[in-house]
Amino acid sequence: MATTRTFKVWRGDAKGGEFQRFEIEVDEGMVVLDVLHRIQARQANDLALRWNCKAGKCGSCSMEINGKPRLACMTRMNSLPEGETITVQPLKTFPVMKDLVTDVSWNYEQNRRIPKFQPKPRDSDGAYRMYQEDVDRVQEFRKCIECYLCQDVCHVLRDRDGREQNSFVGPRFMIRLASLEMHPLDTADRIPAVRDEFGSGMCNITKCCTEVCPEHIHITDNGIIPLKERVVDRFYDPIAMLMRKIFG
Amino acid sequence: MAPHPSAVGGHVEGFGATERKDGWWVEPAVTAVVFLTFVVYTTWAALQGVHYHWGPYLSPFYSPLLFAAPGDEAGLHHAWFGAWPTWWPSFLPASPAVLILAFPGSFRFTCYYYRKAYYRSFAGSPPGCAVGPLAGNRPYRGETFLLLFQNLHRYAMYFAVLFVFILSYDAIVSYWWDGRIGVGVGSIILTLNAVLIGAYTFGCHSFRHMIGGGTDCMSCGKATLKYGAWKKATWFNERHMEFAWLSLVWVMVTDLYVRLLSAGVITDLNTWSR
Repeated sequence: MATTRTFKVWRGDAKGGEFQRFEIEVDEGMVVLDVLHRIQARQANDLALRWNCKAGKCGSCSMEINGKPRLACMTRMNSLPEGETITVQPLKTFPVMKDLVTDVSWNYEQNRRIPKFQPKPRDSDGAYRMYQEDVDRVQEFRKCIECYLCQDVCHVLRDRDGREQNSFVGPRFMIRLASLEMHPLDTADRIPAVRDEFGSGMCNITKCCTEVCPEHIHITDNGIIPLKERVVDRFYDPIAMLMRKIFG
Repeated sequence: MAPHPSAVGGHVEGFGATERKDGWWVEPAVTAVVFLTFVVYTTWAALQGVHYHWGPYLSPFYSPLLFAAPGDEAGLHHAWFGAWPTWWPSFLPASPAVLILAFPGSFRFTCYYYRKAYYRSFAGSPPGCAVGPLAGNRPYRGETFLLLFQNLHRYAMYFAVLFVFILSYDAIVSYWWDGRIGVGVGSIILTLNAVLIGAYTFGCHSFRHMIGGGTDCMSCGKATLKYGAWKKATWFNERHMEFAWLSLVWVMVTDLYVRLLSAGVITDLNTWSR
């Protein structure tokens, strides 16, 4: 059964803007992205928003819905309390281009900073071999859809201009670093860079990135903390340092 | 000056500022209350120096009991090194708990789960996800400057593992009284305490790293103990928060139970018929 819901959508560009209210009919089974498309079709033809797959697999429709970074295509209307005005905003951490569209190119710059995968030599028969249990950990990280919700909610980037300073690469790229560092075939050593260039010490484990991840990747527990532990091995544990000196 | 709410993106600024409509503040508030209760109770109990044992039971706040408290003759059978040392400076509190509590205390304080809890509850950094932080305009250094000591969690973990064995020993001893095997409510409470602290300790991120997480090649195609141990530690690690809370509350309950027995306030139901 259709109901009428109130939406408060931020409209504007890099210079500024304001919230605009919409009363809109919502049908059963709709997600927020459906409603935004209906607003676009019926009331605000020039509303800018980014979307692509509509299935939670491309990560394009990232925005903040009722203050939480979420994918609009995966936020069902019946999960938002009836009678409540629904606030829709662009991601806070990245510069607004227009309405709900932000410029996330900073993330691609971070990705370029990361040293590439450097595989071991092939086996004598010319094959690369990995065993399932050896790649289980890094497979989790491959689920990332690059929605950048984790980057948006990370308070180091969000609240203190960490993005401008490049002092912390952000959770998404800590996960990329972890996926390379834990890869059984990779030979590159990125641990000094994890601490010094990518800022593993900046993360204070508030786990917001894990909370908002639509792919349910355990970003903090399985990615960032294991990287911090590898940094501890290298720089803060004299016993481990001594063992390395003795045994190589 | 705070930016106008209709500034770019419509995001409001300042401590606690958010468009979230759920009860985001409940979790940090409950955390703060439980933590403060724990800290106040532990400090009080640790400074008492009395009522920390009863029969075969020993409070976990006083275990390992290196020296019995001054004048506590009955406590000598629990003490590893006998009576309270005469060289102990008079200006320091003469309580056995002050000798050992720094070890489990530092393990909990530097724990990755607890960091999340207290950064949110006490430092407001941030108080909730997508909620304005307490010190939004100050330079931010995370765990690189004053908080660099958090990297010592590895060492705290080594001691914490040792404490699991000590508390397990206390639990086993609690089934033994004057040469007779028996069970009391206190034995069960002490056993649960050892189990919960073990579950919390063996789910520690540092522990998981040390037993195999630090390597890239878990098995290299061979069935290894390392991989099996890592998988088990991962099971506990996925429940680290739950065990952190349960063990925190239960260690208080255990001390309180022994304390009330020792003070004669309650009676222990047991098979020794005492």
